Amino acid sequence: MLNQIGNYSLYIALLSSILIIIQSPILLNRNNINVSGRIFSLISIQSLMIIISFIALIIAFIISDFSNETVYNNSHTSKPLFYKISGTWGNHEGSLLLWLLVLSIFLLIFTITSKSLSNKYRILTLFFQEIIILGFLLFILFTSNPFMSLFPIPNEGTGLNPLLQDPALAIHPPILYLGYVGTSIIFSSSLAALISGSVNKTWAKHIKNWVLVSWIFLSIGILLGSIWAYYELGWGGFWFWDPVENVSLMPWFCLTALFHTILILEKREMFHSWAVILSITTFSLSMSGTFLVRSGILNSIHTFANDPSRGVFILCFLFILITLSIFIYFFHQNKIKNNIARTYIVSKETAILVNNLFMMFFLSVVLIGTVYPIFLEVINNDKISVGPPFYHKLIVPFMIPFLIFMAIGPNFNWIKDKIDKINLQQLLFFILSIIVSFIFLKRVGISYLFSLPLFIASLFLFFITIKDFSVKKTNLSQKISHFGFSLFILSVLVNGVLAKEYSSNMKVGDERKFLNKTIKFESLKINENKNYQSLEANFKISDKNNSINLKPEIRVYDQPQTITSEADIESTLYSDNFLVLNILKNDGFYNVRYQIKPFMIWIWISIILISFGGILSIVKRNG
Amino acid sequence: MVKNIKLIAVVSLVIVSFFILLKGLNKTNNYSPDLNSSKIDFNFKAKFLYSNEETTLYELINDKDFSIINIWASWCLPCRDEHSFLLNLKSLDKLNIIGINYKDNEINAKKFIKELGNPYSKIVVDPSGVNSIELGAYGVPETLLVHNKTKTILKKYIGPLDDEKLAELKMIIKNEN
Amino acid sequence: MKIKILVLIIFYLIGSLNLSYAANSEKVDQISKNLRCLICQGQSVYDSQSDFALSMKILIQNKIDEGKNNEQIYDFLKSKYGEWIVYDPEITKNTFLLWLLPLILFVFGAILIIRKVSIK
Repeated sequence: MLNQIGNYSLYIALLSSILIIIQSPILLNRNNINVSGRIFSLISIQSLMIIISFIALIIAFIISDFSNETVYNNSHTSKPLFYKISGTWGNHEGSLLLWLLVLSIFLLIFTITSKSLSNKYRILTLFFQEIIILGFLLFILFTSNPFMSLFPIPNEGTGLNPLLQDPALAIHPPILYLGYVGTSIIFSSSLAALISGSVNKTWAKHIKNWVLVSWIFLSIGILLGSIWAYYELGWGGFWFWDPVENVSLMPWFCLTALFHTILILEKREMFHSWAVILSITTFSLSMSGTFLVRSGILNSIHTFANDPSRGVFILCFLFILITLSIFIYFFHQNKIKNNIARTYIVSKETAILVNNLFMMFFLSVVLIGTVYPIFLEVINNDKISVGPPFYHKLIVPFMIPFLIFMAIGPNFNWIKDKIDKINLQQLLFFILSIIVSFIFLKRVGISYLFSLPLFIASLFLFFITIKDFSVKKTNLSQKISHFGFSLFILSVLVNGVLAKEYSSNMKVGDERKFLNKTIKFESLKINENKNYQSLEANFKISDKNNSINLKPEIRVYDQPQTITSEADIESTLYSDNFLVLNILKNDGFYNVRYQIKPFMIWIWISIILISFGGILSIVKRNG
Repeated sequence: MVKNIKLIAVVSLVIVSFFILLKGLNKTNNYSPDLNSSKIDFNFKAKFLYSNEETTLYELINDKDFSIINIWASWCLPCRDEHSFLLNLKSLDKLNIIGINYKDNEINAKKFIKELGNPYSKIVVDPSGVNSIELGAYGVPETLLVHNKTKTILKKYIGPLDDEKLAELKMIIKNEN
Repeated sequence: MKIKILVLIIFYLIGSLNLSYAANSEKVDQISKNLRCLICQGQSVYDSQSDFALSMKILIQNKIDEGKNNEQIYDFLKSKYGEWIVYDPEITKNTFLLWLLPLILFVFGAILIIRKVSIK
């Protein structure tokens, strides 16, 4: 029954899409005020239908309705309720339905909040957004339907991957999707503004909220994914330049650049074309990300079902959208009023252009690094790996000037400023950064010549962003976000330099010494849990002042048969102590990996700060 | 005019990317580089399973015309599945089957052979897995077909043997004369 | 102003030489961090505890004991498993575009900005 409800709702939504798409061009030529009314009801019906189908799927998961193939493949009666619910979107079909849900709800919100703008612009935005929705509906209904029926109805499901049963992982996809889908509104809206000749200050002001919302959700989504990787995957790392991670980072670079460009468009009515190009690019990156992750073309820990036929569909859809937008841009760009105002070198505008330059560079490094192996393999039949060394070597050298520009740029005035703005105060902070970095790196003792410039630049930005809190000119949200970013870079650097790791094979009762600490394998206990058995080890880590106990586990799940290793992490503001255990073939011995990770929590806090600045900006403008 | 050229250039780039990505979808994810025999040094030492003597793989592949090197372990489930195929191959008299016992416990390995039969003329052990890396292996089971005289690798299989692979092996042996 | 730019350039040229501040400078760790665990789907040999990874670490230690340097060890492994096993794509005729394209794009963007911006 649920399957029927789900299917029929989706078909009605499909019909609505087609109706809206057909009606929009007609209504454009009529200038009828009743227009909005009719289209608004169609959009409301569509959203309602999609909400109903989504609820149907959630209910199917909750009651373990195994007549639904998706539920059968991805759930199990013994799963805890919370994970049954989150299992709804933890699979290919369900996650697409979630995409669709957010697409239509965002469109609804857009329709309601854009009443003050021109009708032509609104209808065009609806039109393009409905094309995207139509594409997703077709994709879902014809290749990835979450409401396929199974007969005879199985008694039990097959999906109980323990790795996916984690709170961070449960909310990471929805938050991330809110970020990705927000870019669809930006895309549709920019094309609409282009065609209706309304790429201007008003449009910039209106779209800025959408850019911020996407950007905030994307930042938090990426944060959640990193936190999950750190706590769950047992390697102590939080970013691996894995293709799927890269795919979430690319739109983030674009959104950051777009946000800053929109600021110029709003304040000075300049760089209209670039704002439109960025808007189109951001969404294209989101969609390409969806393609890369779901088509099986890339080798990664995250890959969903590897179904090439689905890949073909997404690829065609993506390229149709890109080609469409390229043609629209080329044929309507003359509608943009070119502002003949000059850009002076010492000005906030130029500072923002420099920001965009670096953002585009970082974006291109990640994009090329992710996609190049595919191209090479097709053209040359050679398979290469592009991993962390590539990204570090290209990004780090450019990060140094970027950090310095970010320190001095935001304080420039609009239009034109004086060169001696680079003043004594900044110079003093710079010298202070040099001194502090030098002392710090010398004490740590690594070959500091190489890291020194990076540390100096990062500390300089850090000091300046703190000092900026006392400057009256700029707004608080900017100060918080910029400070958050400087804290992020600094935490990552310090953590990278000071982190220590120790690895050894131990059995119960063994003791090892590492630096100033003693690691003692005190005991091993067997626990019985609801769906797994665990071997819980008790380690005592002590130095001459105090000691802590860490209890890593090895879990044996029976449905399906999996063995996982759960690290135990003790986090304080100062440092994280990280311990993970792995089974060895030699009975009684376990491979023990102990890591000390200073300032780890600050990495998470800084990203929250960055996002908070964005949230503050939205609240202040609208509250 | 310039505008049109830009448009054509961008669209062409997009179309080319499209076709490359389309082709990329059909590529498999399992990568197996061509094993050029000159890169394999068969001279690595290995201890026999059933005695404490050492030998080199080079010596072992001098017997008969062809050698099959099979990397296996008692803890590996697919190795059980493919064992019957190896026994089948034993019947070919041009063929010398060598086993490399990978990262295993000798008692368990001997139990495995006793239980399932011995298709191997000789078995050596590789407790650290290092020798298998010399052969370019990823894990277990893997099977290589070697032409003894020229020391070239004629075929490499990653994963257990089955009817299809067995037929293929027999075909290659028949043709290589 | 020009001097400041020059200082900046020198700074990051120095800083761009081999920036790896790995906490653990053991050679085996350094090499294994740069190798892909072939049966793992996205982990390095250093991170992985799989059989393959453990054997690789032993092999690397053996080669170091034999006196081989990093270059030779990478070459050996590449001959067995292909370029794919190494995470750092060397600059070869296959990969020079990989390294060059982002830099070209940066220069291109910088030129666009410089042309737009007036000095006065």
